[in-house]
Amino acid sequence: MIGYIPVYKKLIAVTLVLSLLLAFSMLLGLAIGSSGDASAAWKLLLGQGEPDPTLEVIVWQLRWPRVILAATVGASLSLGGLVFQALLRNPLAEPYILGVSGGSAVGAILGILAGFSIFPGLTLSSFGGSLLVLMLVLLLSNRREGNSDSLLLGGVMVNAFCGAVIMFLISVSKTSQMQKIIFWLMGDLSSVGTDTLPLLLGVLPCFLLIFLLAQPLNLLLTGRESASSMGVNVAAMMLVLLLTASLMVSLTVCHSGLIGFVGLTVPHILRLVLGSDHRILIPACILSGASYLVLCDLLARSLPSQGEMSVGIVTALVGAPLFIGLLWRGRK
Amino acid sequence: MNLIDIKNVSLHYGTRPVVKNVSVVVEQGEFFVIIGPNGAGKTSLLKALSGLHPLSAGDIEIRQRAIAGYSRKELARTLALVPQQINADFPFTVAETVLMGRYPHLGLLSVEGREDLRLAEQAMELTEVSHLASRRLGQLSGGERQRVIIARAICQQSKILLLDEPTASLDPAHQLRIMDLMERLRQQEQLTIVMVSHDLNLASTYADRLLLLKDGEVEQIGTPRQVLTQEQLSKSYGCTLLVDENPLLGTPRVSLVSEKIATAIKSEKVGS
Repeated sequence: MIGYIPVYKKLIAVTLVLSLLLAFSMLLGLAIGSSGDASAAWKLLLGQGEPDPTLEVIVWQLRWPRVILAATVGASLSLGGLVFQALLRNPLAEPYILGVSGGSAVGAILGILAGFSIFPGLTLSSFGGSLLVLMLVLLLSNRREGNSDSLLLGGVMVNAFCGAVIMFLISVSKTSQMQKIIFWLMGDLSSVGTDTLPLLLGVLPCFLLIFLLAQPLNLLLTGRESASSMGVNVAAMMLVLLLTASLMVSLTVCHSGLIGFVGLTVPHILRLVLGSDHRILIPACILSGASYLVLCDLLARSLPSQGEMSVGIVTALVGAPLFIGLLWRGRK
Repeated sequence: MNLIDIKNVSLHYGTRPVVKNVSVVVEQGEFFVIIGPNGAGKTSLLKALSGLHPLSAGDIEIRQRAIAGYSRKELARTLALVPQQINADFPFTVAETVLMGRYPHLGLLSVEGREDLRLAEQAMELTEVSHLASRRLGQLSGGERQRVIIARAICQQSKILLLDEPTASLDPAHQLRIMDLMERLRQQEQLTIVMVSHDLNLASTYADRLLLLKDGEVEQIGTPRQVLTQEQLSKSYGCTLLVDENPLLGTPRVSLVSEKIATAIKSEKVGS
């Protein structure tokens, strides 16, 4: 057909290119850091040069878990953004902007204060927090149908409220296990103390489930009744997608705190390049979201002359202007 | 053969009754048009037919089987709805949109094969939108977009097409193009067409039979000649309508009569 590339061809091409990009970003993330010589690390990764035990420890035991964490968090947050944008039919929807991330952070902190372990207690309390906010946001958007600004405004307020609650809880708690405030407010990937395997095992099924719902999601974007008349069980699908997306977001928040705007930046650029077909966008979002956060974390680690900054600063520096730009264009 | 059998159907919108005890049969291959004043329950009835509106009483059977017994996808393979508009906020291309019609026929991964592409191509040729294949929905005119939605419905390969005012907001040339397309499809593809319309003259020209609804109740069912009479229409629509014969086709022709003229005629009659 003229003007149409079959889905599977597009899917293979996009997956291939973006996988290469992800592999390259991860190699960069492994090679570059605050300590050690980047070119020596690069050689180590490519299997050349002299074996260096110290460097091997740095690369494989310090950087590798962090790169994996960044990739998983980035993939989940961009996919979460994509799903929220489609379900709320608002290109500006994003877990952080809607306050869903904030809600799950509050839930997680309450979980820590209650002395829960990361799984299942902490994960569940964080999931509960995100669902609560999500319900609030949905009620708001139903009540003021067609007014997308009020949805975003509501999200901003929920976010501000959650931020205040987080600072309050951390200030009054004396728990030694509580991490620093900045971790929760700006997002941070430096505390890869806990094993990232449960996180990965948790989000991978979410990725798969969302991918399987890609075509019904496309149909949904043409209108609820239109989708329903073509055989989509709209209510069930929306419920599954909302639950899955918030589970994914709350899992990542437990490990990385609040990292904003990833779910806005990545899907937006991908839609510009690849169009609207979610059968392509979903895998593309997973792969490039992962690369994006690995690279952002690399900047956060290597830009400051001493120490490092939160990765949330980098993503906000890129994402917030983009958000304003989109808002500007939407107004016209 | 009774293809669609609507039996004593009542519908509510919240607590408000919108369709009351309607019974009607649509036969295989018919061009069936639902008319009636605003708020008569035309669109609600059409939605109920496509399984989008729950029935508060009665039953709808398609091929002697209650629609409640159909799965969503099965129903979508049996009848296709052409809504007035579809959301174009997300920039899908025309080809992508038409291919969506294949959804009820696809498996878990919803990846279209060569046959699906062929059917989409055919549907786009029938509705004359092939040249727009790679354009985005938002860039099209109202008439073009309506033809794309119809192409999607054809691609769905359902033998029953349900249309909700497909010609609203179109100029006469585009109205004719859509209606002639419907007529052609009915003959070539042996489709049955159920359409809601406000345009009584279009209904008169194309319909085999009409259902006239008012306040959710059946006023009359029959051929255009039976339903489109001056007394019936003036009563149902609550205004004076002039019905004469279309000189070309011999079908009823409906003209609007302004209130001023209507009163003048009445007083003239009273006076004489």
